[in-house]
Amino acid sequence: MLNTRSTWAIYTNELARFRRTVFGSLVAPVLTTSLYFIVFGAAIGGRMDAIDGVAYGAFIVPGLLMLTLLSESTSNASFGIYMPRFTGSIYELLSAPVGATEILLGFVGAAATKSLVLAAIILLTARLFVDYSIAHPVLALLYVVLIATAFSLLGFLLGIWAEGFEKLQLVPLLILTPLTFLGGTFYSIGMLAEPWRMAAMLNPIVYLVSGLRWTFFGQADVPFATSLLMTLGFLAVCAGAVGLVFRTGWRLRS
Amino acid sequence: MTGERSLPGAVPAEDEAPPILQIDGLTKRFAGGALALDNVSLQIRPGEIFALLGPNGAGKTTLIGAVCGLVRPTSGRIQAFGQDARRHWRAMRGRIGLVPQELGFDIFDTVWRQVRYSRGLFGRSPAADLLEEVLRSLSLWDKRDAQIRTLSGGMKRRVLIAKALAHEPDILFLDEPTAGVDVELRRDMWRQIAGLKARGVTIILTTHYLEEAEEMADRIGIMHRGRLLLVDDKRSMMKRLGRTEARFTLIRPLGAVPEPLADLPVELVDGGRVLLYRGGDGAGRGREHVAVLAQRLAEMGERFTAIEQRESSLEDIFMQFVDAEGTRAC
Repeated sequence: MLNTRSTWAIYTNELARFRRTVFGSLVAPVLTTSLYFIVFGAAIGGRMDAIDGVAYGAFIVPGLLMLTLLSESTSNASFGIYMPRFTGSIYELLSAPVGATEILLGFVGAAATKSLVLAAIILLTARLFVDYSIAHPVLALLYVVLIATAFSLLGFLLGIWAEGFEKLQLVPLLILTPLTFLGGTFYSIGMLAEPWRMAAMLNPIVYLVSGLRWTFFGQADVPFATSLLMTLGFLAVCAGAVGLVFRTGWRLRS
Repeated sequence: MTGERSLPGAVPAEDEAPPILQIDGLTKRFAGGALALDNVSLQIRPGEIFALLGPNGAGKTTLIGAVCGLVRPTSGRIQAFGQDARRHWRAMRGRIGLVPQELGFDIFDTVWRQVRYSRGLFGRSPAADLLEEVLRSLSLWDKRDAQIRTLSGGMKRRVLIAKALAHEPDILFLDEPTAGVDVELRRDMWRQIAGLKARGVTIILTTHYLEEAEEMADRIGIMHRGRLLLVDDKRSMMKRLGRTEARFTLIRPLGAVPEPLADLPVELVDGGRVLLYRGGDGAGRGREHVAVLAQRLAEMGERFTAIEQRESSLEDIFMQFVDAEGTRAC
């Protein structure tokens, strides 16, 4: 049976840590994304043609939102579980009457909450620079929750795998960020010539950005159902891997 | 079989309440092949203070880890509160507290938040009054709003104890609770631990300070190389294995032990200048022998300038066991 008090304790403890580091956690990503909007949205975007009938400034909003969601969900969750391992306080978690479900709901839930709050703030900030509207707001909300959860699970795995702070940054910086940039954040995949277009379709982030863009504008590079399936598949793979970690006690219990 | 081995004289188990914790044939072999626990069996009685002694690498922390869920045993069985730990791990863990050897917590958090978190983590409803009482009993109440990083080492260790007590455990594991703390604080900790025992908490502690075990423990277990060599009541252990040593410095060296002393465990050392007595039982018999020895020497006209007498400590007994085990292993 789910231990709700324990789950709440882990969740609120993680959010409290977020509040303590609110400047770094909130201001830095908002500032970075605002700079993207200023440069690509307002400055360069003014000179760019509309893409599929969407003004360039508005076109990059879902991509930049995805960039934030992916990097923040991953780093929040990886840092959240890595810190107790680093400080040694993980003993308390492992000796408490909590199982994988409580730990995941607490850590992954808190990491996803943080990145969703940040995404909401960035979305509001974007309104200061560009004009946009969301065609399917409920679907958009569900989709970002799904993305935040999937990548928080990935971050949790990274936090278990990492044996140092350097490794924590490895996947977000060397894999996620480049794939997101090349995944259609600032352009439509349809703008690419072959064979680059074909190569881009091998990038899984393309499907995620495209899916979110569809919820905003009702049109995208790939059908929304394909994006949704890709996201659910990724979520299932991460959940399976986390389940395996808890079953074997890998890097958690000796 | 390496299991709990009580010496004759220990209180028979059947006369007592059922064990609050029972470990049967617990073995832990790590992935690298190292055998950390070798078929350990142990029973812990409700309300007692049990001290687990052993050199570094003996397996004390692994044993605690196996009970608390940090270590996955290779084989064996653990029962707590009459229930199987594997099947009823949630209920069991909810009633066990652990104070680890290493200081590990979020140092940027406050004392109050950390103890509240610990209580919540163990599924207990918020109880500000109880947490206040815990913090006051550990002299931490005035520091409740302080960040843990600003506290002294001793205070940090108390925070760990407060966190372990926050969910009102029935069994408390203390892994080297006074490691690295000064003498005054160590005495203070001893008082705290005695207070917990008075409240009915069963305490299992590991320590390098044999004085600590001698001062506080009801029963003692000696571990070495993953095996539990001996478990016994402290007083019984001291009585059975304790020895008196007395050195009589003689004015006139002797060539051989005089016949009137032959019934006593004595020998001549330092070229016959010192008569050495080693015997007794740790319960006063040795002191009686020394008095008899002094009287007989006086009657024989053998004068001496000094008597140096000492009772063997728990440390001597501990070393005796560990050395004997080392010899057997060789």
